Amino acid sequence: MNDAPPIFSVRNLSKSFGPVQVFSDINLDVTQGEVIGVIGPSGCGKSTLIRCLNMMEIPNGGQIFFRGRPTTANFRGRNGSIGAGELRRKVGMVFQQFNLFPHKTVIENVIEGPVVVLKEPRQEAMERATELLRSVGLADKRNAFPNHLSGGQKQRVAIARALAMRPEVMLFDEVTSALDPELVGEVLNVMRKLAEGGMTMVIVTHEMAFAADVADRVIFLDEGTIAAEGSADAVIHKPTQERLKRFLARFHA
Amino acid sequence: MYSWDFYTVFQSWDLFLYGLWLTFVYSVGSIVLGVIFGLIVCFARLSKVTLFSAAARVYLELFRCMPLLVLVLWFYYALPMLTGMSIENTTAALLALSLYVSAFYAEIFRGGIKAVDSGQHEAGAAIAMSHVQIMWRIILPQAAKKMLPAFINQSVIQVKNTSLASVISVAELSYMGAVVNGDTYRPLESYTLVAVLYFLLLFPLTQVADRVEKKLRLSD
Repeated sequence: MNDAPPIFSVRNLSKSFGPVQVFSDINLDVTQGEVIGVIGPSGCGKSTLIRCLNMMEIPNGGQIFFRGRPTTANFRGRNGSIGAGELRRKVGMVFQQFNLFPHKTVIENVIEGPVVVLKEPRQEAMERATELLRSVGLADKRNAFPNHLSGGQKQRVAIARALAMRPEVMLFDEVTSALDPELVGEVLNVMRKLAEGGMTMVIVTHEMAFAADVADRVIFLDEGTIAAEGSADAVIHKPTQERLKRFLARFHA
Repeated sequence: MYSWDFYTVFQSWDLFLYGLWLTFVYSVGSIVLGVIFGLIVCFARLSKVTLFSAAARVYLELFRCMPLLVLVLWFYYALPMLTGMSIENTTAALLALSLYVSAFYAEIFRGGIKAVDSGQHEAGAAIAMSHVQIMWRIILPQAAKKMLPAFINQSVIQVKNTSLASVISVAELSYMGAVVNGDTYRPLESYTLVAVLYFLLLFPLTQVADRVEKKLRLSD
């Protein structure tokens, strides 16, 4: 198992929007079953970084390998590289703003990918979606429209929708930041269960306690570089760098 | 005191009925063709390929900034001189009506598509849908709902605009009104009847549109 290439190998990755350099020279490996928490001040590029992992953003420099294969922003890969289309079948993503399809019911949201992209038979997809909705505690909402759900419920549907694709890794982009405080817990519980189930996860978050609890490894992104990296305990509970200490002080973590 | 005499004009009921039928045919025909052309122009306008978007812009401005009456006359009298091919008045009318409305439809479609949150495209992309799948399954159904009132409005105008085909002797409803008036010298009755028939054609349509709109709001 140790010889298998990591799920993600990020090499010298850089990204800029016009003249603004978001980050540069990022190196990172994500191995099977690992849960990585990405923390850092607003605007440090954490979201942009994980959005590069499934080609939602196109990097300007460097390379991302998925299980050893180079990735490309084109929908179809060629010459052994893996295209955005194939990459996104294997990499699930959950957004801060949920982005559920408002014209489809909860269960239709969940089966959309399996039926349309993976060409699974509708009946099979429905059964699996029902199972997934049960696992996130929303079996009774299967026929509701997203606009009739609370933020926490919407986000749990969004997680089920991503899981329906049977991803090999899940990306979470500040998924609790748009939620009322009392709804954060139900979403984090679903994520904790996923992590315990062995899912490989990259989590961009401002929930320091959650990151400390769930992540195997925490990355502190600051001013466009990985400023600190290590076990959750080392980074969040025993920080050594000044900048990291100052950042964490704001969370009383 | 004017003495009303609808009896005389009613005797030409077959002409009115035929005119009504043609109005219906030109309305449906030009709306269907207008939607098809409109979608093509809309996607060209949204295209990242400069050639497409520039061509779409020229098309839009050309047809939006010219009176339909002038277009109808131009397609019938001027186009044959340019191409050397004769053109039926029916073809010229349908062409002018369709191209004219397609420019307005294209802008309505574009507005509807732009009004859909960009996160919707991302969510589709995140589950590995292709651009085409995202457009047809995610963006357009939501855009359709947003653009429906403007679309209905433009289509109602379009039904009434078919009356302009009468200037090149297409025998739709308003043309028949003029014919019956010429036969009977009863302009008040002839044109009142024409007006009432237009209303009877359109009023049910607007009512159906209201119902459809309410139904679409179910997911809100």
